[in-house]
Amino acid sequence: MGSGTSAQHHFAFQNAEKAFKAAALIQRWYRRYVARLEMRRRCTWSIFQSMEYAGQQDHVKLHDFFSYLMDHFTPSSHNERDFLSRMFTEERFPQDSEAERCCDYESIEVPDSYAGPRLSFPLLPDHATALVEAFRLKQQLHARYVLNLLYETKKHLVQLPNINRVSTCYSEEITVCGDLHGQLDDLIFIFYKNGLPSPERVYVFNGDFVDRGKDSVEILMVLFAFMLVYPKEFHLNRGNHEDHMVNLRYGFTKEVMNKYKIHGKKILRTLQDVFRWLPLATLVDEKVLILHGGVSDTTDLELLDKLDRHKVVSTMRCKARKEGEKQAEEKEQATQTSAAERPIPWFLPQKQSRSLPASPLRRGDQARRAGRSCSIPCGGAPGRSADPELGRRQQAGLGAPSACGAPGAAEPTQEEWRQVTDILWSDPMAQEGCKANTVRGEGCYFGPDVTEQLLQKYNLRLLIRSHECKPEGYEFCHSRRVLTIFSASNYYAVGSNRGAYVKLGPALTPHIVQYQANKATYTLTMRQRISRVEESALRALREKLFAHSSELLGEFKKYDAGKTGSIALSDWAAAVESVLRLGLPWRMLRPQLVNSSADNTLEYGSWLEDLAKAQLSRENIQSSLLEKLYRNRSNLETIFRIIDSDHS
Amino acid sequence: MADDRDREEAVVAEFHKKIKEAFEVFDHDSNNTVDVREIGTIMRSLGCCPSEGELHDLIAEVEDEEPTGYIRFEKFLPVMTEILLERRYRPVPEDVLLHAFEVLDSAKRGFLTKEELIKYMTEEGEPFSQEEMEEMLSAAIDPDSNSIHYRDYITMMVIDEH
Repeated sequence: MGSGTSAQHHFAFQNAEKAFKAAALIQRWYRRYVARLEMRRRCTWSIFQSMEYAGQQDHVKLHDFFSYLMDHFTPSSHNERDFLSRMFTEERFPQDSEAERCCDYESIEVPDSYAGPRLSFPLLPDHATALVEAFRLKQQLHARYVLNLLYETKKHLVQLPNINRVSTCYSEEITVCGDLHGQLDDLIFIFYKNGLPSPERVYVFNGDFVDRGKDSVEILMVLFAFMLVYPKEFHLNRGNHEDHMVNLRYGFTKEVMNKYKIHGKKILRTLQDVFRWLPLATLVDEKVLILHGGVSDTTDLELLDKLDRHKVVSTMRCKARKEGEKQAEEKEQATQTSAAERPIPWFLPQKQSRSLPASPLRRGDQARRAGRSCSIPCGGAPGRSADPELGRRQQAGLGAPSACGAPGAAEPTQEEWRQVTDILWSDPMAQEGCKANTVRGEGCYFGPDVTEQLLQKYNLRLLIRSHECKPEGYEFCHSRRVLTIFSASNYYAVGSNRGAYVKLGPALTPHIVQYQANKATYTLTMRQRISRVEESALRALREKLFAHSSELLGEFKKYDAGKTGSIALSDWAAAVESVLRLGLPWRMLRPQLVNSSADNTLEYGSWLEDLAKAQLSRENIQSSLLEKLYRNRSNLETIFRIIDSDHS
Repeated sequence: MADDRDREEAVVAEFHKKIKEAFEVFDHDSNNTVDVREIGTIMRSLGCCPSEGELHDLIAEVEDEEPTGYIRFEKFLPVMTEILLERRYRPVPEDVLLHAFEVLDSAKRGFLTKEELIKYMTEEGEPFSQEEMEEMLSAAIDPDSNSIHYRDYITMMVIDEH
């Protein structure tokens, strides 16, 4: 009996031990599986972000290039002068009388066959609601109503201060939404989940309503309609994308011209006007500051409150020199340390140490913020060029020419422009201090000390901003003194991120609500979701690799001294990074991009060919031409749009 | 001899680059530190398969004397390089994993019920958290039979890896 029991016990013990070990093994293996999924998710995110910011850098570079041309090109003929002056005067805000003509919607006839929504003014709440419904049913608003609405919107905006002041005394809760970027589904979802705007339901939309998504027009119509209907309870802040120069590249201009072929040009011109009159920030109970980008160590809310915001037509830099500024700039240059040297424009031959634009993902070591003395705002004439006659022509087009910053001038001062640009473009960073935002090309990076300083100076509790996509739709930083809120879900790809909005009650404690507009993603497992988004990212990345085929080939050859046609996989990673400069973890991504051979080498020629085949199977053009086109596609589109500024 | 040394140096150099890359993915502030809670993920994505206990020990090795909640790259790099060179914490091959499931499936049915899986994963070994359990269930459980056919499950997961 005794020995039987102990044998049973021994057996039971062995079994228990086996089960324990088996379970431990499975858990260990599973945790590794999940970790690798997490790594893939992060890498995917890095791919999207680095490409987004690299594109933004491109845009600023392109703009710099044109401005430089303007400065240094001496037109040799009347036609060339005309062309140049047309190219840049189109940017500027037309005279008031011209503006009136632009908004001349009354002459536009709406055919009886038009089945879309019809608006009459003054707008009633029902009209706004009907608009949402109509757009949900994929209807399009007729150009006449668009222009009418924009006209009324501008009239309203002109009366608003630069900083909206909202109080929670009058309403229970305030809902703050971040970037929408033309994603109408998200806006509809927010209204569905949180309720339509009303006198009891205050909304603040924090900029970047347009670009990238396909329904920017509809979003604007809805937002403007509600603003007209509930002027005290519906607030809009300007984002960096509420800017016609940015729209040229990021899709809004294209969307308008596609949807409104005849009246698109008028609509775009009117929008320039509307955008520059959008308020810059919203202040809740004098305690919570809401603005699109961020702040800098020189942000001055009093100045922001007082300046003429409409003078900042665009926050894209416009190179120009006036005599006074040139002198000031030279003085500033003399006092700058070498670390903060003004970078030579990228398209000019560089001296030894080129200050490259930062790799989009590494915000670490950069020059301290140099004075941006080389540019003045795009608020008016690009300024006198080498040809005085051209200068006069430009000034004549503007009306009253003005020295920068004189009272009654049409242009903002350097300081005013910088204040506005900073709040529309800046991003928070973890390190203390304030650095130039070389990734975006505008604004700065601001540290927790800058936040603290600002909040204390103005006795504020919280800064709510948007501008950056976050996987969960929101993110706190700087010891929860800064909240990023981003409302465009699935921004990079289906399943890439949630959207979110934040509600502030009377105690002003933020309460976040997250969502993802595409229902399908809810039913997928984590693994499937990650795989799908990853596939999108990799597709985009392969396209980019293809676009740089020639450069890559050149770089690979450097590692192949013996001309064997193969290189080590480790060299592949180094080569790719030096060409694309995206700061991505190439060794982690390699298995997805390269089929390795047994001896860890790569036949780079056939790899590039495979890339080309995958792209060419979608298009039917000669490969080198296609490669160039792909690489410069966005730039080319933007250039075409600038030149085609009369949209003919 | 010199050749061997060169080759080893090249191997170490490549390891360094890999480790740096993986580390940087989680270095959000770009200041060469990562949250200690991410070390497991970093290690595992570099090919290692440590147990929680082994991970704990490793963290103790790379932490600062006064733990700050962050791990610095300078301390992590040499330790991780050593691990890769020694091929420590290698993952088990598929068949060993399959065998582990079969041990738990004493009746040799080819599957485990949801309850059995939950019991083993949350009470035995190095127990799962609730979140881990739910996540595993969402992918592993066949909703019709409410059980996990582990052979298929393993195959599906392994395909993902490659």
